[in-house]
Amino acid sequence: MKENPTLHTKSPVSQLNRGLIYQGGALMLSLLFVAVIILLTGESPLHVVSALVDGAFGTPDQFARVFATLTPLVLCASGLIYTFTAGLYNLGVEGQIVIGAIASTLAIRVLQGQLPPPLVIAVSILAGTLGGVLWGLLAGALKVYGNISEIFAGLGLNFVAQGLAIYLIFGPWKRPGIASMSGTEPFDDAFALGRFGQTDAAPVALAIAVIVLVATIVIMRNTHFGLRLKAVGQNPRAAFILGMPSTRLLLSSFLVCGAFAGMAGSLQVVGLFHRLIPSISSNLGFLALLVVMLISFNAVWIAPVAFFFSALNVGSLQLPMALRMESSLSGVIQGMLVLFALLARGFSERNRKTRS
Amino acid sequence: MDLSQLVIILATAIATATPLVFAAIGETITERAGVINLSTEGTILLSAMTGFAAARAANNVLVGFAAAAIVGALVSLIVAFGAITLKQSQIAIGFVLALLCADLSSFLGNPIVLVPGPTVPSMPIPLLQDIPVLGRLFFQSDLLVYASYLLIAVTWVFFYRTRPGLLLRSIGEQPAAAFARGNNVIRMRYLYTLIGGALLGIAGAAFSLDFKAGWSNRATAGYGWIALAIVIFGGWNPLRAAVGAYFFGVLQSLASVAQSSIQSVPTQVFSVAPFVLMILVLVLTSGQWLDNLLSRLPVEVRRPILRAIRAPAPAALGKVFEQD
Amino acid sequence: MNIQLTHIYKRFGAVQANDDVSLDVEAGTIHGLLGENGAGKSTLVKMLSGFITRDSGEILLDGKSISVKTPADGIRSGVGMLHQDPLDFPPMSVLDNFINGRPGRLFIDRRSAVKEFKAIAEQFNFVIDTEEQVGLLTMGERQQLEIVRLLSLGVRTLILDEPTTGISASQKTALFAALKKLAKQGKSIIFVSHKLEDVEELCNNVTVMRAGKVVGSSAIPCATSKLVGMMFGRELATPVKPATSRTDTAIKIEGLTIGDDRMDVRVNDLSIKRGEVIGLAGLEGSGQRLFLLTCAGVLRPFAGKLMVNADGRLAEMTGKSYHQFQKAGVGYLPADRLREGLIWGLTIQEHVVLRTPSDGLFVNREASHSVAETAIKTFNIRGKTDTRVGQLSGGNQQRTQLALLPTPLNLVLMEHPTRGLDIESTIWVWQQLIMRCQGGTSIIFASSDLDEIVQYSDRVIVFSGGKVSEPIATAVLTASKLGEMIGGKFIGASAS
Repeated sequence: MKENPTLHTKSPVSQLNRGLIYQGGALMLSLLFVAVIILLTGESPLHVVSALVDGAFGTPDQFARVFATLTPLVLCASGLIYTFTAGLYNLGVEGQIVIGAIASTLAIRVLQGQLPPPLVIAVSILAGTLGGVLWGLLAGALKVYGNISEIFAGLGLNFVAQGLAIYLIFGPWKRPGIASMSGTEPFDDAFALGRFGQTDAAPVALAIAVIVLVATIVIMRNTHFGLRLKAVGQNPRAAFILGMPSTRLLLSSFLVCGAFAGMAGSLQVVGLFHRLIPSISSNLGFLALLVVMLISFNAVWIAPVAFFFSALNVGSLQLPMALRMESSLSGVIQGMLVLFALLARGFSERNRKTRS
Repeated sequence: MDLSQLVIILATAIATATPLVFAAIGETITERAGVINLSTEGTILLSAMTGFAAARAANNVLVGFAAAAIVGALVSLIVAFGAITLKQSQIAIGFVLALLCADLSSFLGNPIVLVPGPTVPSMPIPLLQDIPVLGRLFFQSDLLVYASYLLIAVTWVFFYRTRPGLLLRSIGEQPAAAFARGNNVIRMRYLYTLIGGALLGIAGAAFSLDFKAGWSNRATAGYGWIALAIVIFGGWNPLRAAVGAYFFGVLQSLASVAQSSIQSVPTQVFSVAPFVLMILVLVLTSGQWLDNLLSRLPVEVRRPILRAIRAPAPAALGKVFEQD
Repeated sequence: MNIQLTHIYKRFGAVQANDDVSLDVEAGTIHGLLGENGAGKSTLVKMLSGFITRDSGEILLDGKSISVKTPADGIRSGVGMLHQDPLDFPPMSVLDNFINGRPGRLFIDRRSAVKEFKAIAEQFNFVIDTEEQVGLLTMGERQQLEIVRLLSLGVRTLILDEPTTGISASQKTALFAALKKLAKQGKSIIFVSHKLEDVEELCNNVTVMRAGKVVGSSAIPCATSKLVGMMFGRELATPVKPATSRTDTAIKIEGLTIGDDRMDVRVNDLSIKRGEVIGLAGLEGSGQRLFLLTCAGVLRPFAGKLMVNADGRLAEMTGKSYHQFQKAGVGYLPADRLREGLIWGLTIQEHVVLRTPSDGLFVNREASHSVAETAIKTFNIRGKTDTRVGQLSGGNQQRTQLALLPTPLNLVLMEHPTRGLDIESTIWVWQQLIMRCQGGTSIIFASSDLDEIVQYSDRVIVFSGGKVSEPIATAVLTASKLGEMIGGKFIGASAS
């Protein structure tokens, strides 16, 4: 067996430094690109930055909205840590959110008036979680037993879930009188999670997200399950030879991710919108994929990056009013950051190889 | 339903499917070379926007199409560079670009939302357009639609009747064997990724300069993702992919007709169909169970059935090739 | 075409694969290239055909010096090579495979291509349907297709790498007839093989390589013993393993049939005692790996029975899962350590944790740390508990693999247990293994190093192209007998 000499001569520290230099360069370049794009529209990047900050943190309401966005983002990103660690691209996370939201809505519709409201909410969140599990396991079963790429199965299932939501909103669950894109009839206030004052942030939802995130960090670091997922993700063949139950591990990662995504969908219903709407996921599942790609699947970094991304999302909502600029700038910034980070990783690996 | 109604439905279906034909065939070409360009949705949006902006600025539709094709090729160049040269995950890079380009199109396209601009002029073909039924269906469209028919035929002939087409199919299948036969696999993968990207760009322009005639945010209604599904549904065969695109068109146009009678179901629900079909096709062709099911049949019967149903993905799709 | 290779050198990392190799092949002859695994035969012919580039030396074709950098260069100079694993396009038709890579006009003229294909195929009585999918052909038919293709490209030198493995007897007859005919037409053939029988039947001349060097050449016919002498030319090492004293059975096999898409392997009844070591000799890819994987429970046999002694009694294991084999105390050590045995990015301690049954949700860091420390000490691994295994040297990776073997251990299956290890590590590894044997563990291992086989086995089974010999006690083994059997001549051993 041939040895890779650099592995012995280069200390881990210098490798880390080189990685940091590339990542720093990527950050600079992506911001530069964003600045150029802003200049193209005839606006000053500095104005934009101040508008973004103002939009995200200007009023308590807006600040609270950052947390309302952060909740599902953290939940989904935590879930994706499991699938990415197991070596899977769970692009089906969006659909898992939607099914979670649908299951949650269903539970409230069935149980309202039958059980005390707090219990209904609890059951509803549980139902949402189970819904997400179901959708996650469906993609997982297709992958494990049908040998179907989780990427395409996941994408397909996203649209199926979305179609189901729209069908329900316009069909069986339509508002009395007219069906519309604004969603189903809002629930009674009793079935909504409590909020900070009049803001969008629901403390219970945020607490759930924090618990899930901490649990994820602990599980990935300290448990047999986390280590085994790593083993399967890095080398499925060797993991099997070492005695890991690969099939069960892959399915569990889909299960956990589906559960957290379903929970996120459920909290969108009971915590934020109080009804099922067609865009219930607000694309936060895809955004969570970006978050996890940016942090190289290291759960510790979820909180800061997700917070930054949420602030961007909320802050950019003010752009149309403040600067007559499109709010999708947040997506441009997020996408640029991740794209350049991926390319920088490629350059860094390439450079390491040519040196050796 | 009488004949004229049917003709209207089918004509709408063809119009609906045309951008999808360009996108699905472009992606088929790219994937046949072994590269997954997952950025389709973003690429189509961005090129639709730039194509419309360019056509409007130059007051020339052709300029718009050229700009769109260039944008599509440029985005696919990033995919090719990241995936082939830097050997990063094609899925990761394509996915990020899908989101990034979509947002970029909304952001940069803000000033031209719903403003009037040039469109592809209608160009009925003399004499042929007067043929009953067929004339209305096929010969009263515009140059872009005619071009899409031509593209289907040319791509099919290229794939299955020409030497470079055979090579294209082989580099996605067994790049090492293709290299052994004297081909520069890396260069060819770049080339076909760029060609596929340019076709995605044209698909975008087909949206903003013809089908929807104008630009509005997120105007493509998920056509990029649908194209990805149709490539799989079509078994990486341009003809079957086109059939998939038209099938989708028929569904959509039926849905919009049906909407007047059954108001409760919006057309978006029918957008699900291609994905359900894609998953079914994958289930049918990926697992072992089809083989097991058919294994009871005699070989002479089994082989043609398997050949007809099975459309395996190119063996080297999405894999890095080390050409040293 | 006359071929002259002079003073060819090629190095891969630390291995000198070709060391001053010279070879002459006359036009119109079939030249055999014999040698053990890793003797450098494949490297040499790959340089001639352009699949790899040489470090130095000269290649002369009909007296003209040429430079071949790519396979396409090779074809252009008239040299074509048939690989052991065919380089073709399985999902495509025979005709598409034939056309692919041929120069010609933009539009393919299928009719004339069929005509050309048939014209060449008929010369050699090859019968292949041009519309058939290549993936559905037999290995022999794929070979025939490739020969026809290369000939149609104007190849005047044909190289075949181990072409008789995995093809039927009638296909072999057809192949040999074709090769003889080609030689008569003035083409030169290089026939790379380890099968003495085939070389003796087919070739005009033979060159034998060993450890990257040419050790001799001869005209055929020539005494088998002389060829064997050149291939394995040395005294066998003396056995170092103490004889097995136990009599209870560790593993019992009843008429096992196993196989993959290349070959079927049949192993007759076999019973291995506890503490016994069985060495599997033969060229790589002769069926040893299939046998090991079956004994490990990774592959399932088509037919036959497999019983393993667990807890003092023989338990039927046929059809059981790999995990159940592990539970029965069967351990498997793959040859490709970083691809199959260990996980590059995980540390030694993490591997220890993966191996220990989880008694709870959380990893017990202190406990696993001390287990890892002990393992590092006992197995003399040059690394720390938090060293990633990818950063260990080959020898230390093998020590880690050994340290990870479960206890109690009834049976260990190993491929090339000491490949890539220095002498010190090799000796150390075997000391550990022999100690395990004395504790009652049985070992089955495959190795291409004959000395290792003879030194450490109680009995030896020889594999040759899917044929399996009866086990032979090491004490009665001679170098020439072993060599002949590896070369496919199963004298005195009843082969299936």
